[in-house]
Amino acid sequence: MSSASAPKVFVSRRVPEKAKALITSQCNAILWEKDEPPPRDEYLKIISGIDGLFCLLTDKIDAELLDAAGPNLRVVSTMSVGYDHVDVKECAKRNIAVGYTPGILTKATAELTVALLLATTRRLKEGIRAVENGEWGTWKPMWLCGQGLDGATVGVVGLGRIGYTVAQCLNPFGVARFLYTGYRRPDAEEELKAEFADLDKLYSESDFVIACCALTPETAGMFNADAFKKMKKTAVFVNSSRGGVVNQDDLFVALESGEIGAAGLDVTIPEPLPTDSPLLGLNNCVVLPHIGSATHDTREAMAVLAAQNLIAGLKGDKMPSQIDD
Amino acid sequence: MSAASQLPKVFVVRSFPPEGISRLKQHCQVTVHEGEHTATRQEILDGARGMDALFIYPQVKIDKELLDAAGSQLKVIGTFSVGLDHIDIDLCKERGIKVGYTPDVLTTATAEAGVALVMATARRIQECIQAVKDGVWGTAWDNAMWLAGKEIAGSVIGIVGLGRIGLAIAKRLAAFEVSKILYTGRNPRPESADPIGAEFVTFDQLLEQSDFVIVACSANDSNKGLFDESAFKKMKRTAILVNISRGVVVDQDALYNALKSGEIGAAGLDVTTPEPLPTSSPLLTLPNCLVTPHIASCTVSTRNAMCELIVDNILAGLEGRPLKTPVC
Repeated sequence: MSSASAPKVFVSRRVPEKAKALITSQCNAILWEKDEPPPRDEYLKIISGIDGLFCLLTDKIDAELLDAAGPNLRVVSTMSVGYDHVDVKECAKRNIAVGYTPGILTKATAELTVALLLATTRRLKEGIRAVENGEWGTWKPMWLCGQGLDGATVGVVGLGRIGYTVAQCLNPFGVARFLYTGYRRPDAEEELKAEFADLDKLYSESDFVIACCALTPETAGMFNADAFKKMKKTAVFVNSSRGGVVNQDDLFVALESGEIGAAGLDVTIPEPLPTDSPLLGLNNCVVLPHIGSATHDTREAMAVLAAQNLIAGLKGDKMPSQIDD
Repeated sequence: MSAASQLPKVFVVRSFPPEGISRLKQHCQVTVHEGEHTATRQEILDGARGMDALFIYPQVKIDKELLDAAGSQLKVIGTFSVGLDHIDIDLCKERGIKVGYTPDVLTTATAEAGVALVMATARRIQECIQAVKDGVWGTAWDNAMWLAGKEIAGSVIGIVGLGRIGLAIAKRLAAFEVSKILYTGRNPRPESADPIGAEFVTFDQLLEQSDFVIVACSANDSNKGLFDESAFKKMKRTAILVNISRGVVVDQDALYNALKSGEIGAAGLDVTTPEPLPTSSPLLTLPNCLVTPHIASCTVSTRNAMCELIVDNILAGLEGRPLKTPVC
């Protein structure tokens, strides 16, 4: 149902039906339905004259793109909680409202972080490969032994929505102590007896270091050779935030040399990670293709919320989830 | 045979942690099967001959054949496991052979591995790792539903066997805000279930309602092949099966069919029939079947603790003292 006065929007990927239906009922929607994402030059052409943009986190929303869209663009709605791909300052300058999807992907992403931590520390990748390669027959009692959570110190770098939920999920595994950095969380200190610490203390005392911080100029590349040196030799490092917080070359060296024990990454630089990346050759590194929020329920909810943000913004209403910057 | 040696003789079927074995060596004459591969049946029978004690693990079947081969001087067997389906306990009792095992010390590690398998299957970790390796990642966002998995939050968990390990699994999953925890077994266990709000149901009810079916029961004659074609038919088409009990509880052919046809969603197995699972097993061809090589109790601290406990049991048995953790 669209009319000449219905706002013109571009939806840059195939999205779940429910969200699509919402958008097409209220807007003149240009829907990208191909398997491959739109190439940049085509993207810039398509968006000329649009009022609203529904995008994903792999779309770079910068001045060039905003220029290409033109002065009618007043809403950008991203189907993600991270918005480091959106130049929010540039959008604010142009009075473009930006919507995102916090909160609803917290559970899925926290669960994936726990799944990744367990898969890494309990060496599931090596176990699966051993079965496939016929190495089971050489069983020894200490073969494929991992590091358990029982009695461990868990350090969460950035105890936001996702970090806190991760800590809550890990609590019944017998974690002895939670350390965290970032902003003070009296609720976490109360519920989990979490201890606010500086990074050096967190690195040196944690058996598990979990990166749950946003990617900002301050956090970019923070997990570097220096940080890995400070960590325990048996430390398990897990990153489900953004690849940019890790210096990947330093991580490779740290893993290969035994400076730290193992790493589990759901995010990398670049994404996709090239198949010849040296990280993929390491037994003690697990890499997943950025599936933090990838559950049926959550992806549908994210798409619907992003659609609601888009529609509200186009009406000039406050979005359900708007970035105030 | 050295006439001077009065130390009791112990056969250790695999290279268990050296700290534990060195303690054994202080009191006993110890023979360890080292080597690249696990001992063959014949090597086990030969190694057991004339021994006063055996330090074994679940792949070593303790039956009439082995007890006869060992000889009547055999006093104590220590098994590196809490599972006992590989041991003819009645026969050991009959012959006055003490058996020690490793309950409790491995509960935490095993429950943790059980949860690791639940989450790995829920989030399709095996497919994900493969996608990265094969370079099919694309931009990861070609399709907003790529590799989408299941959430633990809001799901119904079904635990078959709420023993020590089953309960520990339930407690861990409860923190994910599951919708319900169901369990089944011979009898309700209110002392374990009530604090976590777990609900006792029949096996069929558990199969019909659960999003995750976790097999944590001990294996015995009554539950051999419990998970057969009819069981899989009763499960939800999106349900995930995780087995950390014993391979024998699952009919593997029926499981293969159920996974292949979409009768159930996925399976994570740490135990199989046989072990090791042959590389030709059709289960290994399925993207929705994840198999790990019986590593659920495998953390460094747990394996060391298990070893110490078995050494304690063996030394006690040899010295005529009560075992620390006796089966009989």
